[in-house]
Amino acid sequence: MATNDYVPHAAGYVDNTGPKIVTSRFHHRDSYTLERYEATNGYAALRAVLQMQPTAVHETIKEAVLLGRGGAGFPAGVKWGFMPPVWPRYLVVNGDESEPGTYKDRLLMERDPHQLIEGCIITCFALGLNTCFLYVRGEMAEAQERIAEALNDAYASGYVGKNICGTDVSIDVVLTWGAGAYIVGEETALIESLEGNRGMPRLKPPFFPAAKGLYMKPTIVNNVETLANIPWIILNGPNAYKEFGSEKSPGTRMVAVSGHVNRPGVYEIEQGVVTYRDLFYGDNFCQGMRDGNELKMFIPGGGSSPWFFEEQLDVPIEGSLISAAGSMAGSGAIVVMDETTDAVKACLRVVRFFARESCGKCTPCREGTTWEEKILQRIYNGHGRPSDIDLLLDIGSQISPGEYPVAAWAEKGLTAVPFPPKQTTICPLGPSSVAPITSAIRRFRHEFEAKMTARPADEPELRPAGETWVAVEIADGAGNTSDVEAAEVHS
Amino acid sequence: MTSVEPTEAVTGIPFVLNGTAVEANEGELLIEACERNGVHIPRFCYHNRMKPVGMCRMCLVEVDGGRGPALQPSCMLPVTPDMKVETESEPTKKAQDGVLEFLLANHPLDCPVCDKGGECPLQDNAYAFGAGETRFVEEKRHYEKPIPISDLVQLDRERCILCDRCTRFASEVADDPLIHFIDRGSQTQVNTFPDHPFSSYFSGNTVQICPVGALTATPYRFKARPWDLDAIESTAAADTSGARVVLQASQNELVRTLGVDSEAVNWSWLSDKDRFYYEATNSPDRVTEPLIRDGGELKPTRWGNAMRAAARALRIDPERVAAIGGARLTLESQYAWAKLLKGVLGTDHVDAQLGDSLPAALTLGLPRTTIAEACAPGQIIVLMGPDPKEVAPTLYIRLRHAVVEDGATLIEITPRATSLSKYATLRLQTAPGTVGQVLSALADGQLDTNVGTVQAPELERAHQLLTGDRQVSVVFGRANLAESARYSADALGGMRRLVPNAGYLPLLRRSNIHGALEMGLTPGFLPGGARNRGGLVDKWPSTPEFEGHDTDAILKAAAQGEIDTLVLLGADPLGDFPDSTLAEAAFANIKTLIAVDGLLNTSSARATIVLPAALFGEEDGTFCNLEGRLSPIRAKVTPPGLARPDWVIAADLSHAIGPELGYTTLEELRSQMRATVPALDDVDWDEIDGADDGPLFRPERNWELEFGDPAQMPPTSSYGYRLVVDHKLWDLGTMSQHSASLANLAGPAVLRLSPNDIQLLDLADRQQVTVDLGEESWELPFVADPQVAPRTAWIPARLPGFDVRELLSAGRSITNLRLRTGEVPADVE
Amino acid sequence: MSRLDASNVLLAREIIARYPRPKSAMIPLLHLSQQQNGHVTNEAMEHIAELIGVTPAEVLGTCSFYEMFKREPVGRYMVNICTNISCQLLGGEELLHHAEETLGIKPGGTTEDGLFTLEDVECIAACTEAPCLQINYRYENRVSLGRFDEIIAEVRGGKRADVPTHGTLARIRQHIDPDRLAGIEPPEVAGVPPWFASRQDEAKEETA
Repeated sequence: MATNDYVPHAAGYVDNTGPKIVTSRFHHRDSYTLERYEATNGYAALRAVLQMQPTAVHETIKEAVLLGRGGAGFPAGVKWGFMPPVWPRYLVVNGDESEPGTYKDRLLMERDPHQLIEGCIITCFALGLNTCFLYVRGEMAEAQERIAEALNDAYASGYVGKNICGTDVSIDVVLTWGAGAYIVGEETALIESLEGNRGMPRLKPPFFPAAKGLYMKPTIVNNVETLANIPWIILNGPNAYKEFGSEKSPGTRMVAVSGHVNRPGVYEIEQGVVTYRDLFYGDNFCQGMRDGNELKMFIPGGGSSPWFFEEQLDVPIEGSLISAAGSMAGSGAIVVMDETTDAVKACLRVVRFFARESCGKCTPCREGTTWEEKILQRIYNGHGRPSDIDLLLDIGSQISPGEYPVAAWAEKGLTAVPFPPKQTTICPLGPSSVAPITSAIRRFRHEFEAKMTARPADEPELRPAGETWVAVEIADGAGNTSDVEAAEVHS
Repeated sequence: MTSVEPTEAVTGIPFVLNGTAVEANEGELLIEACERNGVHIPRFCYHNRMKPVGMCRMCLVEVDGGRGPALQPSCMLPVTPDMKVETESEPTKKAQDGVLEFLLANHPLDCPVCDKGGECPLQDNAYAFGAGETRFVEEKRHYEKPIPISDLVQLDRERCILCDRCTRFASEVADDPLIHFIDRGSQTQVNTFPDHPFSSYFSGNTVQICPVGALTATPYRFKARPWDLDAIESTAAADTSGARVVLQASQNELVRTLGVDSEAVNWSWLSDKDRFYYEATNSPDRVTEPLIRDGGELKPTRWGNAMRAAARALRIDPERVAAIGGARLTLESQYAWAKLLKGVLGTDHVDAQLGDSLPAALTLGLPRTTIAEACAPGQIIVLMGPDPKEVAPTLYIRLRHAVVEDGATLIEITPRATSLSKYATLRLQTAPGTVGQVLSALADGQLDTNVGTVQAPELERAHQLLTGDRQVSVVFGRANLAESARYSADALGGMRRLVPNAGYLPLLRRSNIHGALEMGLTPGFLPGGARNRGGLVDKWPSTPEFEGHDTDAILKAAAQGEIDTLVLLGADPLGDFPDSTLAEAAFANIKTLIAVDGLLNTSSARATIVLPAALFGEEDGTFCNLEGRLSPIRAKVTPPGLARPDWVIAADLSHAIGPELGYTTLEELRSQMRATVPALDDVDWDEIDGADDGPLFRPERNWELEFGDPAQMPPTSSYGYRLVVDHKLWDLGTMSQHSASLANLAGPAVLRLSPNDIQLLDLADRQQVTVDLGEESWELPFVADPQVAPRTAWIPARLPGFDVRELLSAGRSITNLRLRTGEVPADVE
Repeated sequence: MSRLDASNVLLAREIIARYPRPKSAMIPLLHLSQQQNGHVTNEAMEHIAELIGVTPAEVLGTCSFYEMFKREPVGRYMVNICTNISCQLLGGEELLHHAEETLGIKPGGTTEDGLFTLEDVECIAACTEAPCLQINYRYENRVSLGRFDEIIAEVRGGKRADVPTHGTLARIRQHIDPDRLAGIEPPEVAGVPPWFASRQDEAKEETA
C-alpha cells in the first residue's frame, strides 16, 4: 500500500536512550506505513477501545493526566469534559506547528501518521463525535502527503470511516491544511481558518471552543503530540503512563533543542525529570555548547516565552516549575544562544516575527508589534534614542500591562513574576512580542545603550518628521518587507 | 439615538460600578449597563445594532469577576452578579491611553480637511481619554488617498482604524459582504474585490457608522462642517417603511441624511435611497414658480393666474374630473386634497395607486401587524409579494434579522426567488397565475395533488407550518405586474381562511401611500376608511355621489373622452402605469392636465398647468408607514422660489373655486382632521414629533372582506414562458433621476432566465433572445439568473434600455411569451 | 485558463463535500487554484466564490491573509529561506544574502528566467537543522553556502524530480471512497452519532 518512498525521513530526531512513548517507531525507516504500524501493535488500542464504553475511555485519559502539548499544558481529559451535551461536535487536530524553534509535530506527522490517526479515532469515540478535522500547517507538504496516504490506507483497511473494525462505529477524519499564518496555531483562529475565514482569534469567553467552536458547535482542539500519546496510554494504562515524568506532568514530551549546542535535535524526554542543564550538557542529549562557549541565554518554550539564563539551568523541564520561574514550557521549543549572540539582534528577530504574524485584529498587537519592530530596527541600525529603551518597555506594558514575567529579575535577587502575563489583546500573540523585549532589556540593557553611543556624533537626535528612519515598504500584502529593510536587517 | 431611562425597579443583576452598587438587565453587556448607569465607556468597534467583536480594545475596563481584577472588553462581557467594575482606575486609564496612542500612531491627523472632523469619535475619544501627545516618530502607513469603493462611498485607508464596523455591517446586517478585510496585521486594509464595487443598497450606513473619516459619502464630501449643520428629526420617504432620519442642512440646502435608531422601525439603518434622495430637492430642475401652457410651451405665471385657470378647469361635472397620485404628500396634504377633490369638487375618480397594487379595501381592511410583531423570535413570516429588498429595503433588514438571528421561520410564496429566499424554510414557487389556487388548496386542505408548479409535499409542509401554534404574519403585495391583481387578492382570501388570526403587513410601493389610502385618496373611501356615501356627511360640505374609478379605469375613461380634467399629485402615469399604451391614449384625450409637483416628470411635462409644490425636507407634516405608524416629516429648508406645501395649494385652489377648506395653518388643518377622523382624535402631534417610535394609527375596522371564488389557473400556452415584472430599487423614478448620485444606478433592462432554460433555448452563445407576444417581436438582451424559476422570464420595470410595459396590457390575466433564438420558428405561418 | 478547469472543478466538488459547510473548503480550493495556475488569479477567486457560495471579496479576504497564496505570478520554484531565531543563530541571514547574490534578486523578487522566487520566511519547523530552507515546501537541511549553489544547479539542471512546481503541495490527496465515508452533514442537521447514542443508552441501563 505504501508507495511514498521518495520522501526521505525528516531529519532532526535523536534516538537516544530513555523511555519512548510517541517516538517508539521513529527508528524504523518505514515507520509511516500501515504495515509497520500494524506490525508494531498499531491500532490495537483502537480495537480495545471499541469494546469499551466511551466514558471509560475518557476516564482513562483523565486519569493519565495527559497534558496538552500545544503550549498551554492544560489536561486534555479535563478539556474534553467542558463540552456541553450538544451535537454535532467536532474534534480538530492542531497540526499548525509554527512557533519559532518548535519542531516535533511535523516529525510525528511525517514519521508516524497512523499513531496520530489512531489517537484521533479514539478521541472521537470517547467524545461521541464522528467528524474530525486534521489541520496540518500549509508549508508542511510532506506531512500532508504522509497523512493523506495514511488516511487513505486506514480508510481502506477499516480503521477510519464507516463501520470501523467491523463495528457500528463510524468516524470520518478529514485532512485539511492551512496556507501560511502563524496565528492559526491559536485554537480559535484555527477554527476560523477551518471555517474558510481569515485566521483571526475569537474572544474567550464567550467563544470557548469546547462550547462554541467550529460552526459555533462544541469543538475540541488538541495538539498533534497530545493525541499521539493516546494509543500508548490506552494500551498500557494510565498508571504505566504516570510512571514516567513527574506527578504534575506525567509522561514524556518532545523537545526541540536548536541553536548553539553540539548536538541540536528533537528529543523525547521525561517531563519534570530532565533539567535544562541535563539537556544542554548531557551526553544523552546535546552534549554541551558549541565550541565550548559560554551560555548567554536560552528560550525555554518557543519564541513567545521569556528568556532564561544560566540561573535557570537547573529548572526541570515541567510546566508549573517553568511558569514559576517566569517563563513557559510552551511547545517544547528550546533555542540556545551562546556568548557570541547579539541580544539586540536576537530580540529584534523575534519581535519582527510577531509583527509579521500579527493578525491585525486587536489594536495593541497590530500597531504595537510593528512599532516595537521599527524602534528595535532603528536601535540596531544605530539610530536609537536613549528614550527608546523605556519607550519599548512602555509600549510593552500597553500590550501586556503590569509586570511582565521576566526571569532576568532573579539576577537582581528578585522573584520572577510567574507566567502568564496580563494582556490587552484577545490572544497572546501581542504579549508574546513583549517577552524578548523585556528579557533582553532587563538583562542586557547595556547592549542596547552601546548601540546608541555607536551612532555618529553628527547624527541629529531626532530626524525631522517625514524623513524616514528605516525605509519600510508598506504596500506588500503578503507581510513581506521590502528590499531596503531586508538589506538592513541582514547587514 | 435611543435613550433608555435608568430602571428604578429592583429586578436586575447587581454589580458594582466604580464603587457604587447598580444593576444590569439580564444578559446585558457591561458597556450598555454602564451607559445606562451614567458611565460612558469609550469604544470604536462596538455598535449596539451589531454583534460585538471586541477588537478595537478601547472599551477595556478593569473587571473583577471573583478571581481578581483583569482588563476585559466591556463590549463582549455580559454582566454577572456582583462583578466589580472600575472604569476610572489606573490600569483602565493606562489601557485606554495605550489603545488611543496605538490608533493614532498611524492615523494621518488630517482632521482639518477631514469630513469627520468635529463629529469624529476618534477625535473625541483622543480629547477625552488620550495622552495628548505621541511618542511615535516613525513613518506612518501610506495608502492612495480616497478610493471610490462604490458610486456613493469613498474610502481613505490611511484614516481607517480597522474597527470592523463597515465590514460587519456589510456581511451581518446588509448581507452584501462586498467589502472585506484584506491582507494581514499592520497591513490590513478594508477594500473591495477588483471590479466588484460595494454596490449595496445600504452602503451609506457604513459612512454613518465609521468612527473616523475613512468612509465618506460622495454626495456629502467637503459640503459642510458638522458645526455648521442645522438638523431636525424627520422620516425618510423613499419607501413605505418610514425609517427615521435626521435631516441636516447647511445654508438652507439639505446636505445629509442620517439614520435614527428607531426601535420599532429601522434600528438606525437606511437604504441609500432614503439617505441620498434628498439631492433631488436641490435639483436645478426644480419647479420654482407656477407654469401655464401657452402656445405649446410651459411658461412661468403668477400663482393667481395659475389658480384661476385650474379652478376653471375643475369647476365642471365632477364625473369628468379625476386625480391620480398623492403618495408623495404628507398625511395633512393628503387629507386636504381628498377634501378638495371629494368634499368640494365631488369627484370620486381619485387614486393614489397606479395599477401596480392591490384593491385598497384589502390594504385598509386586513388586520395589520407591526414590524416588531412580525419579526418576533420564533414566529412565522409569509412573504406573498415583491422582493422586500427592492421595495422596502429597511423592512428587508428587519425581516432578514428576524430569520437569521431570531429564529423566525420564513415561508416564501412568490413567482421568483427574492433576496430572502436563501433564508426561507420553505419556498413555494408559484408560477404566474397560480398563487390564488395554491392558497385555496391550502385553505381547503387539499394537499395531495400538485397545484401548478407547487408540489404536493410542499403544500403539506406549508399547511403544517401555517396551521401550527405559531403566530403568522403575512407580508403581502403585488409580486408580479404581468399577472392580474386578482390572483394576489385570491391568495389573500385563501390565507384568511387558512390562518384566520394572521397579521398583515402590506408591501406597497410609493412612500406615503398608506397615508394616502387612509386619507381617502382612493376610490370609494373617505378619510379614516369611511365609505363614500353616508360617511362624513356631517363634517364635509358634500361627498361624492358616485363610486369612482381607480387609475386603470380613469385612464380607460379618459381614453374614451369621458374625463376632461386630470390632476396629477406627483404621479407619472406615462412613466409608471403598467399599461403605457393605455396611459398614452388617455393623455391624448385629456383637456386640462393639472400637475402639482416639485419636479417635472414625463407626465407633468405635458401639463396645462403646473403648480409648484414643496418637497421632502421643505414642509412639515406626518408620515404613515406600512404598519400605520405615524411619524413626523419636518421642514429643514424653505421651498425654492414660489413653491408651496401641497396643503396650502389645496386650500388656495379651493378658495379659487369657491368653498374654503376651513383652515389657514397646519395646526388648524390637524384639528380639522382630528375632528373628522375618529381614529386621529387621540393623536397628539407633539408626541409624534418627540418620539423615535411614533404612535400607530389604527382605526377600528371589523370589515367583512369579501373574497369570491378564486380564479382558475390560466391554461398553459404554447407561448411557454410566463412573464414576471416587478420593480428594482434603482429605476427611472423621478426622485432618483433628479438625485445626481443616484441617477446612474439603475441598471439596464435585461430579460432574466433560469440558467437551465438558457440551455434549453440554446441561447448559451448568444447575446439576445427573441421575444414573441401576439403579433409583435422584440430582440432583448438576457442573462442567466438563478432567482428565476423555469419557464418564467423576469424583466424589472422602469429601467433604461427597454420599457417592459410594451409587453404589458391591463386586460391580460397573465403574460405568456415565446422565447427563441433569432431564427424564424417553423410553426409561424 | 485562470478559472478552475473541468477536472479541478470535479476535484473541488469532492473537496467541498468533505466539509459540513462549503465555505470551509476555501483554503484547500485556493491551493487547488494555485496548483493549477502557479498563483491565485482574480478569475480563480471569483470561481471559488461561486463554488462555495460567497462573494469574491470574502475569498480575497481569506486568500490575502495567508502568505502561501501568491496573487501575482511567481517563479516555478519558491526558495524560502528561514531567518527566524534558530536559523539566524547558525547563519540563516548569511544564507539569505548568499542566495540574493547567487540569484540576483531580493526577497520577494523572481529571477528573470521565471524559475526562482526568493523569500525570507519565518520558522519552518526544522530548527535543529538550521540553517534550513524549503524549495516549493520541500526541506533542505543544514544548508551551507556551497550546498545552496548545488541545490540551485540541481533544479536548473532538472535533477529535482522530487520537487514539484510551485502550487503543488501534497502529491497524494486524501480520497474517501463514498462507501467508506461515515457521513458528513451540515451542522444544522447533524446530530448524535447513532453508535454513540446506543452506547449511552447501554450505559444508562447498566447504571439503572
